[in-house]
Amino acid sequence: MGGLSGDTWVKSARQVEREKTRRRRALRSGSVATASTVVFLVLLIWLLTASPGWPRVQETFFSPEAFVRALPEVVDGFLLNVKIFLIAEPLVLLVGLLVAVVRSLKSPIFFPLRALAVAYTDIFRGVPTILVIYLVGFGLPALELQGMPTDLATLGVIALTLSYGAYVAEVFRAGIESVHPSQRTAARSLGLTHGQSMRHVVLPQAVRRVVPPLLNDFVSLQKDTALVATIGPLEALRQAQIHASGTFNYTPYLVAALLFILLTIPIARFTDYLAARTQRRRGQ
Amino acid sequence: MKGDMSPLLAIKGVWKHYHGHSVLRGIDLEVRPHEVVCLIGASGSGKSTLLRCVNLLETIDDGTIHLDGREISDPRVNADKVRQRLGIVFQAFNLFPHMTVLDNITLAPRKVHKVGREQAEEHARGLLARFGLADKAGAYPDRLSGGQQQRVAIIRALATQPRLMLLDEVTSALDPALVAEVLGIIRELKEGGMTMILATHEMSFARDIADTVCFLDGGVLREHGTPEQIFTDPRHPRTRDFLRTVIGARP
Ligand SMILES: Nc1ncnc2c1ncn2[C@@H]1O[C@H](COP(=O)(O)OP(=O)(O)OP(=O)(O)O)[C@@H](O)[C@H]1O
Ligand SMILES: [Mg+2]
Repeated sequence: MGGLSGDTWVKSARQVEREKTRRRRALRSGSVATASTVVFLVLLIWLLTASPGWPRVQETFFSPEAFVRALPEVVDGFLLNVKIFLIAEPLVLLVGLLVAVVRSLKSPIFFPLRALAVAYTDIFRGVPTILVIYLVGFGLPALELQGMPTDLATLGVIALTLSYGAYVAEVFRAGIESVHPSQRTAARSLGLTHGQSMRHVVLPQAVRRVVPPLLNDFVSLQKDTALVATIGPLEALRQAQIHASGTFNYTPYLVAALLFILLTIPIARFTDYLAARTQRRRGQ
Repeated sequence: MKGDMSPLLAIKGVWKHYHGHSVLRGIDLEVRPHEVVCLIGASGSGKSTLLRCVNLLETIDDGTIHLDGREISDPRVNADKVRQRLGIVFQAFNLFPHMTVLDNITLAPRKVHKVGREQAEEHARGLLARFGLADKAGAYPDRLSGGQQQRVAIIRALATQPRLMLLDEVTSALDPALVAEVLGIIRELKEGGMTMILATHEMSFARDIADTVCFLDGGVLREHGTPEQIFTDPRHPRTRDFLRTVIGARP
């Protein structure tokens, strides 16, 4: 029998048996999952290829030659997407956090700032991103202001930041409001000012909580860099369009789609991982 | 001991309403330096509200509160400055979950009182050792037992060397075994000369530690006196009723 008494623990026969059963079960569910996935994929492929229009679709969307021909330039364009994303994302976080914090200010001095923050989130969450891109892309340069950037990718970054900043501000605000009021009370009763309570007590907790939804917005922003194509910089979608219109073959779009997927999948998995971890933490 | 020292805290004719309902109805109370005052009374009688008013977490609707002879109920007073001289501990511990025990304790000394990190941590470690928590300095609150959390909360309030400690039912979320730990700390504070106001349901503890016991009833301070007098010879019939229901005491 197992060592219930005494100070060294010897696994009981019962426990050994139990663990064996668990391993067997895990193995079995693993093989069931694999088998059903294979069957599902085979069925799907068969369904696609057996359809009457398949040969034409195959030629215009899945042409290996077109794929190889378009790849270098689409990849080249895609690097611009990545660049836009990498520059826009920190700006979005900054704008979002700033707007959320401004909205939490109570003092009457800050009323105009607060009103501005509310107006900003209301407007930019309401206007479709693609419209913001048009307005910024064609409107800002038209103002002919000194020092106004005219580079299309830069204008794209500005538009995406404005649009996503509003969403992210709301995410941060939800995070700030989810911190229990007693935390703020505790901080204030220690003599911390509003600003100090915010900085040392509320924000650190709020930010931790909103990381998964923020990553979700990252994924979305990363895709939406393609919308910048509408004002013309040579990013992945634009490159694919150029190729496709030259050859009447749509495979370049597939190339672009694959590139986007390759980038979003890791972020999506990471989001899931973080969400699962938060869940576990909460369980404590 | 109480002599004729001027009061550290003077509450005069304090009223507090919530939505037209009066929760405090003209409270008068004076607390002298080194005095320990216990507030007793049924649930909803206004004990927490009174403590929150003293801490300026609630604004009072009438009356005055003086701390060290200066009126703190004046709206022009900087509430942050007043709170820096008070320590309050709540029923639920309200430790900051994202900070270690040490950071919880040193936050206010460092950020509010501008003490250097090293000095603040040394002082904090001293307090932790004094209250038997020396090995918990690096732990996060969710790794502590309820009693340990509450002791840390008390230490955190102590770390800024307050003039007056307000303790609101600091043991009511704890099981009996842990209550003793926390009451031990409070007893030690009293021996160290700390001035305190405690709201409590622990009658035996109130009797043991208080210099003055105040009985609150529906927002009115019905009676106050030494524990001896309140628990053995309550004057007011409401006090008698209350004590009979909570401890079955028959005066
Ligand atoms: N923020 C608030 N808004 C409205 N009513 C409140 C608020 N805080 C307290 N009250 C009311 O004030 C009364 C006194 O509450 P208080 O918390 O001071 O009682 P207490 O004596 O501390 O009770 P307990 O022993 O249960 O802690 C209660 O009737 C309560 O419902
Ligand atoms: Mg209470």
